[in-house]
This record gives sequence, C-alpha cells and structure tokens, in this order.
Amino acid sequence: MTQVNLSKGQGVDVGNLVQEDKVHKDLYSDPHIFEAEMDRIFTKTWVWVAHESEIPDVGSYKTSFVGNHPVIVSRDRKKNIHVLLNRCRHRGATVCEKKHGTTRAFTCPYHGWGYSLDGELRALPKPEEYEGLFDKKDLPLQSLRTESYRGLIFATFNNDIEPLEDFLGGAKKWIDLFMKQSGGFPLKVLGDHRFRFEGNWKIQLENTTDAYHFPIVHKSFISSLDDQTSDIFDFLDGAGYVEDLGNGHSVMVMIPELVDLEANLDEPIPNRFKELAEELAKEGLSDMEVRRLVRAATGSGFNLNLFPNLACSMAFFRVLRPVSVNETEIHHIAIGGEGAPAAFNQKRIRLHEHFQGPMGFGTPDDSEGWERVQRGSVAGKDGWILVNRGMGKLIKREDGNVAGAVCSETGMRAAYRKYKKMMTANEAE
Amino acid sequence: MTSNNTVPANVIDFINLEADLLDHKSYEDWLQLWTDDGLYIVPVDTQETDFANTVNFAYDDAEMRRLRTARLSGGESVSSVALDKTVRSVSRFRLLEETETSVRVRCAMTLNEVRAGRLLTYPGDVEFELVKDAQGLRIRKKVVRLLHAGSHLATVAFIF
Ligand code: FES
Ligand SMILES: [Fe+2]
Repeated sequence: MTQVNLSKGQGVDVGNLVQEDKVHKDLYSDPHIFEAEMDRIFTKTWVWVAHESEIPDVGSYKTSFVGNHPVIVSRDRKKNIHVLLNRCRHRGATVCEKKHGTTRAFTCPYHGWGYSLDGELRALPKPEEYEGLFDKKDLPLQSLRTESYRGLIFATFNNDIEPLEDFLGGAKKWIDLFMKQSGGFPLKVLGDHRFRFEGNWKIQLENTTDAYHFPIVHKSFISSLDDQTSDIFDFLDGAGYVEDLGNGHSVMVMIPELVDLEANLDEPIPNRFKELAEELAKEGLSDMEVRRLVRAATGSGFNLNLFPNLACSMAFFRVLRPVSVNETEIHHIAIGGEGAPAAFNQKRIRLHEHFQGPMGFGTPDDSEGWERVQRGSVAGKDGWILVNRGMGKLIKREDGNVAGAVCSETGMRAAYRKYKKMMTANEAE
Repeated sequence: MTSNNTVPANVIDFINLEADLLDHKSYEDWLQLWTDDGLYIVPVDTQETDFANTVNFAYDDAEMRRLRTARLSGGESVSSVALDKTVRSVSRFRLLEETETSVRVRCAMTLNEVRAGRLLTYPGDVEFELVKDAQGLRIRKKVVRLLHAGSHLATVAFIF
C-alpha cells in the first residue's frame, strides 16, 4: 500500500489529560488534540464503515468515512467486499458522491479515469501520453484492509493491527445477542436518520453508556409512553450494569430481561405490541412465530459501545463521524428483517422514528445536552470532566470483566483507557 | 399541462392559518385542523412515495400528533424549551387536483428559527390533501419535503 501522510497532530501529549477518574476539558475543544486523534486512533484501529445488507448485490456500493478519509464500500463481481479510498489516482477528485447505489464502475468526473468495483484502474481517455510512464495496474483506488463480523464491515489503514475478531474480543458475544432482533430473518438496514451537533465526538461516545441522563434528558419521551412501557424504561434502580469488555468496548445492560430476545418467549405480550401480534397472527403465523417476532421487535435491552465509532444501541446502529473538534455527524440506522412480515419491519421503523433523528422524541434532547457540554466545558482556564461515577462499587461479572451499576461511568472509563493507550503509544514511535 | 391554476381562496386562507397556528405554537387549535385518519409526514428521502415502509423524520397519526405537541409544549424537553419561536411563509400555491369532497395543493414553505444564537432556515415543498366537510376544510395528509432532508439536519424542536 502506498504510504499515506498521517503525521498531523504531531507532538500532542495527552498523557496527563486522561486520568482514570477524570479527563481534561481540552479533550473536547483543542484542535491539535483532534488532529492527533484522527491520526493515532482513526487511522490506527478498526473503524466501522457499513453493514453488509447495505451493499447486497454485485455492483452495490455505499459512501462512508474512516475518520476524515472518504471511502467507498463496494461489492465486486465475485461478491467480495472492498473499502476503497474515494480519491482518484490522477489528481485526487472523489469518484463517487452518492450515498449508495449500484454501478458497474466508478468513473472520475474530472478526466474520466475508470475504476472497477474492486478499485482497479481499467481505462483512461487518450492513454498515449502516458506511454512508458506507468502501468495501469499500479494505480488502483487505494484499498483498505477490510474484515467483517456478523455482517458488520470494518476497515483500517493499519496493516499490522490484530484480526477484527480479536479486536472485538469480549464484544462478540454481545453482537451475537444483538443480531437476534431481526426475528430469525437476515438482519437488514431499513434506512437512517442523519444529524449533526456542535460538539466533540467523544461526548457522543460517552453518551451511549450513560444511563444516568436517561430519566432527566428523556423525561418528555418517557411521558409519551404507555404506563407499562415507561415502567420498563425506569431502569436506574434495576439489576442492570455496565461492563468493561476490554479494548475500549463496553456494554450497558439496562433491561436484563431483554438481553436474550430468544429466551422467555412464553411471557405475556406487552400492550404496545398487541396490535402487531394480532396482525401477524392474521397473516397465519403460529403462536410461537408471533411471540418470537414480537419479542424481536422490542429491540435488545442493552447498548454495546464499540470503540471508536459504532454502537449497537437497543434497536439500531449508532455511527459517529468526527468532522472537526467541535462538530460531529451521527447516523441512527434503523434495522429489521430481510423478508420479515411487513408489519414487523413497519413497527420497528415507527419505534425508531419515535425516539431517533432530528425530529424524534429523544435525539433532540440528547443533542441539546451535548451542545451544552461543548459550550460550558470551555469555561475557566483549567477544568476536568468527571467519569468516576460508581468507581467505588465495582464488581466482577461472570466473564471476568469489571462492571459497575447501570448508571455508573464504567463504559466511559473503558473507552478513555483505550483512548489514552492509543494516544500515547504513538508518541513513543 | 394546463396553465389554469386557480387555487380556491379558502384553501390559501386555510394553509396560511395552519402556518400561523404553528408559528405561534397554538397546538390545540392545530390538532383540530385534522381528520381522525390524517397523516403528517416528513420523509427522509424526498423522492419516496411508500412512507409507511420507510424511515421518515416524522410519520404521525392522530395519536403521535397529540404526543408530539404535548412534548413540544410540556416543558419537559430541554431542546423544545430552548426554542423561542419560528417564522415561516408559505407561497407559490399550485392546485394539483380538486373533487367535490377534496382538494390537493402544493406550495413552497420557508421556515426560520434561531438556535443557539444562529439563524437557521428550512426551505421545502409542502403537499396538502384537504377534505371538504360541513365545517370547512380538514387536513387528511400533509407531506413536507425539506430541501436538505438528505443531508445532516440539526435538532428540530417545532412542527414544519
Ligand atoms: S482527477 Fe480523476 S481523472 Fe483526473
Ligand atoms: Fe440519550
């Protein structure tokens, strides 16, 4: 692979700014630290780029990002998946700007260089002037190392990094559980909400395992639920927990009864799913099939945070993209079952719309909270962000991992420990 | 294509009234403008026609409209409390279809708000399906296609 210049943010030392119980406020607002993060984290680790259902067929593609590098995720004629830098090898134009689609080739709009789905440079206009200068096979779209787990596609600039499955480690078991919510059908992306907030990406990363904010920030969402459902969302005093899964990953279990969506199928059907159950029964599904789908429709009772940019969050994928030190783009990706009854996918979409996106009953209030953190945290010459909640009451879970109460900040500490390791490791190089 | 575009005056009056009620957060009155089976839709993909089976920013039946207005005015939502007001204008009316009992109209909308001290603007096409009944007009369907629906929106703490 050709060497990419990844040297921005050199000389930044965050060693003293990240401590076990607190992180310095400059982590949210110093542009030099942001540059260093893009280099030392986003070009050094596995970054999630797509779900396989988003590029289902030969010729399907999706545009995405690895840190601030635009990429194309494509499926070639042999159905192999590629993650290609979206930069023409001639003079650097993007070769594709649509969100997704299908194509036979990527043709650069500037001078017409044509690349195949696996990135190979196939043709260019008036080749005679290049005679003796280069061979087409030496100028493909640059390809990143790409691996998948359970349909989740990750890419990395780092050819020396461990295999994806080792990187995911303790998180794999939770990904397996999360995938049960497609109700026995192949999991499929149904669409997404895209929004931005004026704040640092780590504020969102922290939020995925922040149960503490839920009853406060999402009071208006809880008020919009029926009594039975709002009881389920009243989980701060329940048996939930946050477990450090290693490598910066963590899981926050809010509703322990909904960890395994294939267990307890004989439990009564909640009121808010009665209509769905009736509709599915009318379509001729057996009682067991109905129960399985209804339970899958509720989504998982946990948020899985995968460092640095993906969360498998109850019933959707949350993807973050750092744009600048104080701007972050978020995608909330709705998921359902490929070939599942329309009523099932519809119900999941309606539940998604209820909470997520710029007009949801939840997201806007999260966003407001995060922007307040960005604006407020700059106050004062010096200052710290506390992540010590629950530190005095840690336990060991059955997998041997450290865990704290559901509203502890165990997940944030897990992420920052990995963050510090990556941010300081490269300084020594 | 006919150049005839006589939009009934009461239709324009009605759409102006709806815009004014929303800008002044008169949500109780706004809810009265709808038929029981009415749908308020803000699609993510402005080319989409199958709203029921796709992800929208909003897909509100009567119950969700009631909950949405309750949330926006209830004082529990920090992003809604942060919004002072919106100012919108509707114009460029076009009659798409008219029968004895219903009328379909399209218009342009530009909505403005101030968020965190900054002026934000939301242009879009709005399509109304109105029914005529004894009391006058009622909304059966309102679809708001935002010009920048496909890019990254910020918090929306109001109704388009
Ligand atoms: S920049 Fe792509 S062909 Fe010239
Ligand atoms: Fe939240």
